[in-house]
Amino acid sequence: MTEPILELDGITKRFGALTANDAISLRLRQGEILALLGENGAGKTTLMNILFGHYAADAGEVRVHGRPLPPGQPRAAIAAGVGMVHQHFTLAGNLTVTENITLGTEPLLRLDSRRAEAKARIRNLSETFGLPVDPDARVADLSVGERQRVEILKALYRNARILILDEPTAVLAAPEAEQLFRILRGMTATGLSIIFISHKLHEVMAASDRVTVLRGGRVVAERRTADTSPAELAELMVGRSVTRPRRAAHPVGAPVLVARGLTVREGHGTPLDAIDFDVAQGEILGIVGVSGNGQATLGRVLSGLARPLAGTLTFDGRDITRLTPRQAVQLGLGRIPEDRHAEGTVGDLTVWENAVLERLREPAFSTRGFVRRAAARSFAAELIRRFDIRGAGPDTRTRLLSGGNMQKLILGRNIAARPRFLLANQPTRGLDEGAIAAVHAELLAARAEGAAILLVSEDLEEAVGLSDRIQAIVKGRLSAPVTAEAADARTLGLMMAGIWETRHAG
Amino acid sequence: MRVERREDISLTALLIAPFAAIAVALALCAGLIAMAGVNPAAAYAEMLRGAFGSRLAVTETLTRAVPLIFTGLAAAVAFRARLWNIGAEGQFYIGALVAAGLGHSLLSGLPAPLAIALVMLASMAGGAALLVGPALMRLRFGVDEVVTTLLLNFIVILFVGLMVEGPLRDPMAFGWPQSVPVAADLRLPDLVPRSRLHIGLILALAVAALVWLVQSRTVFGAETRAAGLNPRAAAFAGVPLTATLVKVALLSGGLAGLAGAVEVLGPAGKVTTTMSPGFGYAGIVVAMLAALHPMGVVAAAVFVATVFVGADAMSRATGVPSFIADVIMSVSLLAMLTALLFTTYRLRR
Amino acid sequence: MTEAFDILLNASLWAAVLRIATPLIFGVLGALVCERAGVLNLGIEGIMTMGAMAGWLTVYWGGDLWTGLLVAALAGLLLGLLHAVLTVVLGLSQHVSGLGITLFGASLSYYLYRLWVQVGDLPPTIEPFQPLHIPGLSDLPFLGEAVFSQTAPTYLALLLVAVTAWVLARTPLGLALRMTGENPHAVEAQGLNPVAIRIGAVMAGSALMALGGAFLTLAAFNSFFPTMVQGRGWICIALVVFASWRPGKALLGALLFALFDAFQLRLQTTVEGVPYQLFLMAPYVLSILALVLVARRARVPEALMQPYRRGER
Repeated sequence: MTEPILELDGITKRFGALTANDAISLRLRQGEILALLGENGAGKTTLMNILFGHYAADAGEVRVHGRPLPPGQPRAAIAAGVGMVHQHFTLAGNLTVTENITLGTEPLLRLDSRRAEAKARIRNLSETFGLPVDPDARVADLSVGERQRVEILKALYRNARILILDEPTAVLAAPEAEQLFRILRGMTATGLSIIFISHKLHEVMAASDRVTVLRGGRVVAERRTADTSPAELAELMVGRSVTRPRRAAHPVGAPVLVARGLTVREGHGTPLDAIDFDVAQGEILGIVGVSGNGQATLGRVLSGLARPLAGTLTFDGRDITRLTPRQAVQLGLGRIPEDRHAEGTVGDLTVWENAVLERLREPAFSTRGFVRRAAARSFAAELIRRFDIRGAGPDTRTRLLSGGNMQKLILGRNIAARPRFLLANQPTRGLDEGAIAAVHAELLAARAEGAAILLVSEDLEEAVGLSDRIQAIVKGRLSAPVTAEAADARTLGLMMAGIWETRHAG
Repeated sequence: MRVERREDISLTALLIAPFAAIAVALALCAGLIAMAGVNPAAAYAEMLRGAFGSRLAVTETLTRAVPLIFTGLAAAVAFRARLWNIGAEGQFYIGALVAAGLGHSLLSGLPAPLAIALVMLASMAGGAALLVGPALMRLRFGVDEVVTTLLLNFIVILFVGLMVEGPLRDPMAFGWPQSVPVAADLRLPDLVPRSRLHIGLILALAVAALVWLVQSRTVFGAETRAAGLNPRAAAFAGVPLTATLVKVALLSGGLAGLAGAVEVLGPAGKVTTTMSPGFGYAGIVVAMLAALHPMGVVAAAVFVATVFVGADAMSRATGVPSFIADVIMSVSLLAMLTALLFTTYRLRR
Repeated sequence: MTEAFDILLNASLWAAVLRIATPLIFGVLGALVCERAGVLNLGIEGIMTMGAMAGWLTVYWGGDLWTGLLVAALAGLLLGLLHAVLTVVLGLSQHVSGLGITLFGASLSYYLYRLWVQVGDLPPTIEPFQPLHIPGLSDLPFLGEAVFSQTAPTYLALLLVAVTAWVLARTPLGLALRMTGENPHAVEAQGLNPVAIRIGAVMAGSALMALGGAFLTLAAFNSFFPTMVQGRGWICIALVVFASWRPGKALLGALLFALFDAFQLRLQTTVEGVPYQLFLMAPYVLSILALVLVARRARVPEALMQPYRRGER
């Protein structure tokens, strides 16, 4: 057995009352691909940030080739041959690929950067590892996949021997992800060692040599990939068997929301390109796809924040193509936004203020311009009770709620109004299993009461479990719908890769 | 050592912050006073006596606080909505100019209270108009309103100079550039006999209470706060961001304009290009010391007025340059800004 | 019309343009360096005032003119450090902190000046920088008077434009500074310290601003008086936007602005019946117009005004 190239020993990190990492130890051997598997909040990213020196651990030690790394110094990690590809890329869009890669590699006080040399080396690395990218391109002009290549090149340029990738496939479509793992495999052949963070079982099974499972900030298991199964990993990762509620068969009614040829232009791009869909009473329509394919824009249109350039949107036969947020609330279109912190709530306002913010002008909550504070507070108290929002009273500052409870607040204020239509945009992103099950149960209950629900999700399991019909969104275009029963993994994979178009065209 | 976000805002810290900031400012400025060869404790005692030592001193300090309450409210209202109105100085002058222009002739036929109210409304409209421009420029063109409102201050003061040397010139002023005085029956009645303190103080207190009521109890107030704290979430909830910002601009500019009107109809009686010792800029200090709370503005305005009036008296008695008042004010601002940090963050390790 | 033409053909106008532009060039370079690193420095007006006072006082107390410039730069460095501690280390509002620095720099300058200098009917004066006589060049027709008979700090300002442009575009330090203004997280991920870079940039930029102030008392005039900076700092802030954060364009902007200013000064004396205040307003109006025209197209550093705290996103 070869010496471990990297060792983490008893790493502990606390944020206030939360222990993000609790005495975590792990080892990486040369030429190995180790998957770090865990749910959101299991402590994976914190651990890697400690390894790379973004954070200093409260206890424990990181050793590379047996030598301890000084804590809290990315520079030392880089010098020791550790490279990190962050989930949220750390690139400057206005600068070129070369500038992004060479930053920090030359003595700062050099009078003239050696750019020609740098470019030649980048080209060389690109070819060696199969990571094509133009060194002179502005990063803002690159696709997401290309940006990821730049991030990897950054590490290789600095002679990284250990590469850490945080959720590398979160922004990639299936074929791109497969290609990425092929490239990583090629790198190990040249002696690099790789850790990748993931919560996706299938890619862990497909791409890793060994798996370390984290749960609640601790290592709960370590397996050779060949010796384990997705079922075992799933149970280790979740720790208990939480069953998500299942959709029951249920008759659907007349179409409530109908989109025809909906097109949106933003800047030079066309994030929505002539899309059609119907959502009927008592039905959940799932829109699946890799992030960045127009979901955000679709969410903005249905929330009244973006105007289509062409096409129509009707709600119970009424034209709402030029919808405003206030109109949406008045008409009974519920909206769960993609980002609960940035759009769903104002963190520094109280729970009751967030509960009624979108209906402040209704007579129930104001008279002659003055807020009916007592009515608003009791409405909030009712939401807290009915939707089991924990750790909150009406006067709690919303910032203090956990993600799941914040989402229940948003869901509650929408469902309490018994909407005819509900947009659920990534409703469970970043939540733990318990909260996911609660959100799913509420969505299914609303469906049973006759709401028409549009579910936009990147989580295939969620989409298949909840939706009656599914359409895929790829580069701003929507596939034809398939029923949930017909939506096997292969069909969905092809849909999300945009393959339907050629078939239909032919 | 590093700063870390507190889980909740500390109310105790928020209440202590202004006092701590002022204490720090006074301590630091004690060094500057000592450099002048004067015992700082004696100098500060002299300041207090100058500001509160006699009936006249008290009325003088309160008179000085009146415009500061208005400009402080103007800054507080705007900053809460993240509209960086640094143009209260210019809006003050526009308000003053409008009041002087209308006050010396046009409205003299009307009953005094009505005429005074009309003059004030007109001044408010002037101040409001001056801020709506920069607000719209930000919304339409993305121009930073800090720079535009600052530049407008210079433009407005030059314009006031043009008016008092031209159309509004007082021919009886022996060549001094000042406007014709406003009609006697338009002047605000005295609050305390034989002093300069006028009923503008009552008006200022009433307006502060009104602003507090609007901010904390109305739909407009709630929507403005939401828009200031998180514009994206506010827009998602249907708060019209443009309209809200324009309304805030109208309110803020109007308050600063009102400050000018009250000063002209009150103690000044006319407009000159030097009538404001920086009321607009001091308003920013007042608003920050008050942590943007309308009622806190009243207290902070009295503090700043105390420093100004007291420093003049102290300067006469001890020879310490009266610019020390501006230094105390600016250091208070920086100290308060730092102190506010500790209401939402704490130091670790 | 012919009057305007005569003014434009006069070499003394162009000499005045360079003279008027010099403090703006220093100031706009300073603001640019700060903003390229992601920090808006509204302390500029107070820092220029402090530079004007500190430089002048040094010479008044017997230092030579270059020592005066040096002391001014040091004073700027210190105020810059204060702004950097407040905005970069503590992450406070750059708007409010900047205004605080302006109020502080200006009031402290006035206070110290009054404390240390006996002011009679007229403010005391010093012997300022004199126009250089460059053999050969200064004797050229037109250009000799317009360009080659300036004071030394003007040439220093022009040199600094080139130096700043080179450093930003061609050196690793400049790349690190620009990246800090675009995405400080990227800087940290590459092993550099964005906080240190920002502090350094704000201090260096503030020193440049202070030099602009010192030019006023050591070359353009020969005495110090309150309010002498007259909004030049704010105009520099506007010029940075106008220049789209590029040193070359910043020079061009400062020159255009100075041309306009010099031109209106001469028009004032030739055109009768127009109140002089209208001419004085023109530069401020022009600055606002320039902002409106270019703001939409300006390429703002992405992380401008965004505080950076380690571990917080």
